[in-house]
Amino acid sequence: MTAPLLEVRNLRVEFPTRRGTLTALHDVSLTIQPGEVLGMVGESGAGKSMTGAAIIGLIEPPGRIAGGQVLLGGRRIDNLPYDQMRHVRGRQIGAIFQDPLTTLNPLYTVGRQLVETITTHLPLNPAQARARAIEWLELVGIPAASQRIDSYPHEFSGGMRQRVVIALALCAEPRLIIADEPTTALDVSIQAQVIALLKRLAREKGTAMLLVTHDMGVIAETADRVAVMYAGRIIEIGPVRQIVKHPRHPYTEGLMASIPPLDRRVERLAAIEGSMPRLSAIPPGCAYNPRCPKVFGRCLTERPELLDAGTTQAACWLHADG
Amino acid sequence: MFAFVISRLLQAIPVMLTVSFISFAMFTYVGDPVSIMLGQDATEAERAALVAQLGLDQPFFVQFLKFIGQAVQGQFGLSYRLSRPVAELIAERAPATLELALCAAFIAMAVGVPMGVYTGLYRNSILSRFFLTFSLIGVSLPTFLIGILLILAFAVGLGWLPSFGRGDVVQIGWWSTGFLTVSGLKAMILPAITLGLFQLTLIMRLVRAEMMEVLRTDYIKFARARGLSNRAINFGHALKNTLVPVITIAGLQLGAIIAFAIVTETVFQWPGMGLLFIQSVGSADVPVMAAYLMLIALVFVTINLIVDLLYYAVDPRLRIGKGAH
Repeated sequence: MTAPLLEVRNLRVEFPTRRGTLTALHDVSLTIQPGEVLGMVGESGAGKSMTGAAIIGLIEPPGRIAGGQVLLGGRRIDNLPYDQMRHVRGRQIGAIFQDPLTTLNPLYTVGRQLVETITTHLPLNPAQARARAIEWLELVGIPAASQRIDSYPHEFSGGMRQRVVIALALCAEPRLIIADEPTTALDVSIQAQVIALLKRLAREKGTAMLLVTHDMGVIAETADRVAVMYAGRIIEIGPVRQIVKHPRHPYTEGLMASIPPLDRRVERLAAIEGSMPRLSAIPPGCAYNPRCPKVFGRCLTERPELLDAGTTQAACWLHADG
Repeated sequence: MFAFVISRLLQAIPVMLTVSFISFAMFTYVGDPVSIMLGQDATEAERAALVAQLGLDQPFFVQFLKFIGQAVQGQFGLSYRLSRPVAELIAERAPATLELALCAAFIAMAVGVPMGVYTGLYRNSILSRFFLTFSLIGVSLPTFLIGILLILAFAVGLGWLPSFGRGDVVQIGWWSTGFLTVSGLKAMILPAITLGLFQLTLIMRLVRAEMMEVLRTDYIKFARARGLSNRAINFGHALKNTLVPVITIAGLQLGAIIAFAIVTETVFQWPGMGLLFIQSVGSADVPVMAAYLMLIALVFVTINLIVDLLYYAVDPRLRIGKGAH
């Protein structure tokens, strides 16, 4: 095994509030190899996006990293001062956000936004940066790129804007991309195109990716490995095939069962009963115990760590014996 | 673009008509021009002759149309008080007011915008709190009090600056400017601060609120994720996005500054249109009052038009018929 590109160790993110401190992420540990795509799934509020934000150092105050480390290529980046961290952002780690309608500054042309990103990170003069920007627009599939470069974001459709966002995230050639629900805000017909584009570019450029989504279909066809999050923890992590076909954690099983099968008709989709606990009211023991169909005594009192469960790692007492 | 300007101009017509109607109504209802011009002891025959000469015996709307016809040409008749053409009086006084208003607006923008940006970026710093407290004072103290306090401190107490008047002015064609002499510049300082202070605090609070709003948006977060420098984010991406509402308010405030320079001009005996207006009110000099009223309406309408055009310069989303969608 080669040295991981990204290593997150026991990351803990806290939000001080008037009623006490809420812990949004507990002990999150993961690694991403160069060129690897790690999918991250879970319900809204499970901490998927928070993990991405913590890695790139953009947690909204008053939230803060309260423990753990983030290492990029073996170098710690979670404690860098703003001015050093900004050379990591964009250059080493690119980010793609959910809603392309709001991620682009409406008052600047897409060309200007690309050129400023390129000249911030790469030793190119404005003319070279502009040529590079046009190349990127072509790469992400914007027709007539050399003319569209001087258009404003509102002159593009949603799908085209997300392509521009992808170009912006990749134009300084980062080694890792954090794609936070990159297709959630798009039409279904566009989603597949954008995912295919992202996948192709990441492969061509050898860029690793943390793909945050709640779309298991996207995960199944894009990711190499998957991390499943629940209530601020990773509760199962493993190769995508194993997670999809043979999930070991009851929550992952529930997630997989809620995907409609294509090969037969079903009257009702299986859904997981109840909802994820609020951060301020996480039950003792395993956070999933109120909803778990396989709950037993130990789950109510003792919280399971990630345990080897055959082909994946799962935080579940069912696999206490390995 | 051209169609937009035309439609805005057409919208301005009813506004101007309404204001001119009010101005015109003043002639009829504020005092009696005939007795003002002839005095109390004129005979009935003299009165009738003057009424006929002034056209006051004609139907109301005919008089109104005549009034508008002349107003369009800049004719507002003779001042009752000074017996000189009103247009001439106003033209004489306008440079003083416009220079004062421009200085006040400049101070308000040049100080208010940076203060707003600072307080928006560093919400909890001591300096921000000081600025905010200071702005409360600026908003809540009445203009005349600020003027008098400034006079007390800098003219009476320290003796650095003059307490009234415009100082020496230089005549350039019909325009008289106080910018070219030391005494003119010194005389400008206190009135300009007095007039601009309220707008300054208003602009500061507006910029601050807008900055805080914009800094929370996704595109600012994305700009950070792209690794842009703080400077590029705060002063390029964020500030530009705060400008649209700031331009609106600043534009409207410029109109207000010109219109409400009356108080400041009175406090500092500034020889501008506001002082002329106050003096005219004192002696029921209706032609001057009417002309002033219409001029102020014209200023507001014009500034609104300019503000709308500035939006186009700042916000590309408003420019139509460009690019594909």
